Amino acid sequence: MTTSHESEKATMDTAVKPSSLAQVANSQAAKTPSASAEGTGLETRGIHAWFGKHHALADINLNFAAGTVTALIGPSGCGKSTFIRTMNRMHEFIPGAAMAGEVLLDGKDVYAAGTDVTKIRLKIGMVFQKPNPFPSMTIGENVLSGLKLAQLKVDNKDDLLQECLERAGLWSEVKDRLGAHGGSLSGGQQQRLCIARSLAVRPKVLLMDEPCSALDPGSTLRIEDTIRHLSETMTIVIVTHNMQQAARVSDYTAFFLSDGGPGQMIEVAPTSEIFSRPKDERTENYVTGRFG
Amino acid sequence: MTTFTPTPQKPWRASKRERGFDFAILLGGFLASYLLVALTPMKGKLAYFALFFISYALLAALLKGLTRGSAAAKDALVSSLVVVGAVVTVIPIGSILLTVLQKGLPGISFGLFTHDMALATPTDPLSNGGLLHAITGTLTLVALALIMSVPIGILTALYLTEIKGRFTGPIRFLVQAMSGVPSIVAGLFILSAVLYPITKAYSGLMGALSLTILMIPTIARTSEEVLNLIPNELREAGTALGGTQWRTVAMIVLPAAKSGLITAIILGVARIAGETAPILLLTGGGDKVNPNAFNGPMGSLPYYIWKSFNAGSPEAITRAWAGLLVLLGIVLILFTSARFLGTRKISR
Repeated sequence: MTTSHESEKATMDTAVKPSSLAQVANSQAAKTPSASAEGTGLETRGIHAWFGKHHALADINLNFAAGTVTALIGPSGCGKSTFIRTMNRMHEFIPGAAMAGEVLLDGKDVYAAGTDVTKIRLKIGMVFQKPNPFPSMTIGENVLSGLKLAQLKVDNKDDLLQECLERAGLWSEVKDRLGAHGGSLSGGQQQRLCIARSLAVRPKVLLMDEPCSALDPGSTLRIEDTIRHLSETMTIVIVTHNMQQAARVSDYTAFFLSDGGPGQMIEVAPTSEIFSRPKDERTENYVTGRFG
Repeated sequence: MTTFTPTPQKPWRASKRERGFDFAILLGGFLASYLLVALTPMKGKLAYFALFFISYALLAALLKGLTRGSAAAKDALVSSLVVVGAVVTVIPIGSILLTVLQKGLPGISFGLFTHDMALATPTDPLSNGGLLHAITGTLTLVALALIMSVPIGILTALYLTEIKGRFTGPIRFLVQAMSGVPSIVAGLFILSAVLYPITKAYSGLMGALSLTILMIPTIARTSEEVLNLIPNELREAGTALGGTQWRTVAMIVLPAAKSGLITAIILGVARIAGETAPILLLTGGGDKVNPNAFNGPMGSLPYYIWKSFNAGSPEAITRAWAGLLVLLGIVLILFTSARFLGTRKISR
């Protein structure tokens, strides 16, 4: 574990640093974003979103460097969830939804004509607010469900099953009852099962939409542990209402706000800066708890 | 230090006095109904029955009202109405089952399940002939109708809940309208649209087609309601894992809705198992076991019952009751097995 981590760090130093965020990231020793083989950066350019005539999100430009954790914070209704749903093209399932802008994965726009949308969702996985294991499947089947859904072939399913559950921090708790139903787990375990499920299709990016908001503090800490481990190999974007959580798990934090109009991204910076010396007064008011 | 453990009690239970009071109300109800029948022109068993419930409800409301106020009176009145409703619902069902058992059992014999009526008439002694042809016929008809209506019905429901296309409104309206179609209309439709112009002969298939028409709306409507109960998060989770809409529906939505869909199918079978009118028009009602559903008349239990009752002799009437009992038994077996299959959990 440690050795692989260190060798990865070594490659990070020589790797080409992606734009904007990477420059501010120099001040952060904890983790330097890199374009390592396993991680893939994600970039959004001028994202707008509408629900019918309601303009929900305006001009979001963000760069999620490979191997980083970015937290999106902001009051309810400022478009954070809408934003991450535009990134793996889940936004389009809402009737009346519309969008503008580009989401670049590996430099390719996921909205480009002729893109296979199911392939996009394999590369950009998602964990939802409420744990939603498939009720008709066992724990093991749940983890491997993505393979069946996307009709992927793997050589050794048992190894993959164990690996995903280990990475999600659930293996030791469920290894003796992989045949039990997913619904028999506690809420926190169910959410880690859902994380394991998203890992099985080997996404490059994991979007998490308030993954801990329905969980108790103990489960929340376990999931935060999981997030930190996962970020060694993948890019993570997490929406959270819990500012301590953002401070604990993320490398960067972006603050979203809606002043009655469409939601906007007010400020993005390394997490320590957002919480210690934010540039924008509104960010400061929010992170110090003066509103929101 | 010793800890004091109190004996468990149930203080919310009715005291002896309260139970005595309730029993007095019950007796009062009996007495009142007896007096009313004796003193008024209302006579007969039904009068006792109806008057007892009315007087019991009023008496309970009155006495509770006097001792505990108007809220208790309303409570007592509504409680007795609810009990009356339950009893009134259960009595006819129990009565039907009891009558069918009573009158049908004498007609049940082993030969009934091994012989058909090819060489017997309904008025023959009960030892002659049987209803094998009717049982196989009904099972064939139900099976054929199932094969045709389950896919169509569930696909219709999937169109309404998953695809939500442009025709959702009109299709939902049509399905609802179709569920009110009288069975004779379905029979006449197949008669004039398929039997006369195309096959020109009775067959089990014709009967099954009309039953399919009756079954599709029931299955489609119930399935739609069941599928609407499946949380949208599951569909989103499936899609977010790289599943196409079809694979998400097939692998996640349908399995999650399985037991509800089985209920929908059971309701569909319940709708058609005893259907008589279209069968009379379309199957030709044979008296012989006919393994070929596509050619020749095919018997069925409702037809057998109808024909035997029409024959009128005591033997024939007993045959009809036995047929009814067998029909009830078959429906019961189908339901229990479907329930069993639907709720069986994965065990490992």
